[in-house]
Amino acid sequence: MTMDKAQVSMPSDREVKVTRSFQAPRALVYRAYTEPKLLQRWLLGPPGWTMPVCEMDVRVGGSYRWRWRSNEDRTEFGFSGVFREVEPAKKLVHTEKYDAGTTGVGESGGESLVTVSFDEQGGVTTVTSLMDFGSKEARDAAVATGMTDGMEQSYQLLDKMLAEQ
Amino acid sequence: MKEPASERLDATFIALADPTRRAILARLARKEASVNELAEPFAMSQPAISKHLKVLERAGLISVAQEGQRRPRRLEVRPLAEASAWIDRYREIWEANFTRLDTLLEELQQKPARRSRKKS
Repeated sequence: MTMDKAQVSMPSDREVKVTRSFQAPRALVYRAYTEPKLLQRWLLGPPGWTMPVCEMDVRVGGSYRWRWRSNEDRTEFGFSGVFREVEPAKKLVHTEKYDAGTTGVGESGGESLVTVSFDEQGGVTTVTSLMDFGSKEARDAAVATGMTDGMEQSYQLLDKMLAEQ
Repeated sequence: MKEPASERLDATFIALADPTRRAILARLARKEASVNELAEPFAMSQPAISKHLKVLERAGLISVAQEGQRRPRRLEVRPLAEASAWIDRYREIWEANFTRLDTLLEELQQKPARRSRKKS
């Protein structure tokens, strides 16, 4: 069943908010966000990437490590961080540090604070991820990272579209 | 090319973060208008409207034409299209993940409990 599409907004100049609803109870959605075997099946990013490393120690002070690998050229990048708040099936707060790995895309080391909340209403769970990058520059760089190819594509499409008008 | 694009987008997002400015853009999308013509429906003073127009102009969302005595404001589409293409692309990456999550959640609900992992 298809739910409403993900909504992306910028509540302040250093944050990004992503909201999406799922046709499932929040306990289950929470599992999909915290169990490595489940995370590895959906948190994959751009097409052609797999997630060979997914380590999760979901408790306050526990850490996690995610790493993605390109099927095409085997380059890797990742995120890691520490859980600051853990309220099962309700809320997760964790730091998130980017590691450009061997991709050379973006700058390593930027750390953001991510708050993920799970709200269920009538069997539908809405997940809200609020990412605080600490500064406007860091946020824009993070959003641009990993979508540079796509951005160029978008610009080309846009140029074409505008030229046709 | 990344830097100027990102600065321009900032200006666009700031300009769009205000309901009056969005209403002004909606009005200009129908037809160009002078400052006076814009001030009227919004029940705002001319200086107040001018302030909003300046923000919009800085973001490149409107331009000022010169027609004799009149200086009507016009909507400029390009920054809007750029901003939405940028956010759309970001959203697409998330949406691809979420679509996979939809499938996974559906699957998990079809074959419950028996194969569930141990609780921590």
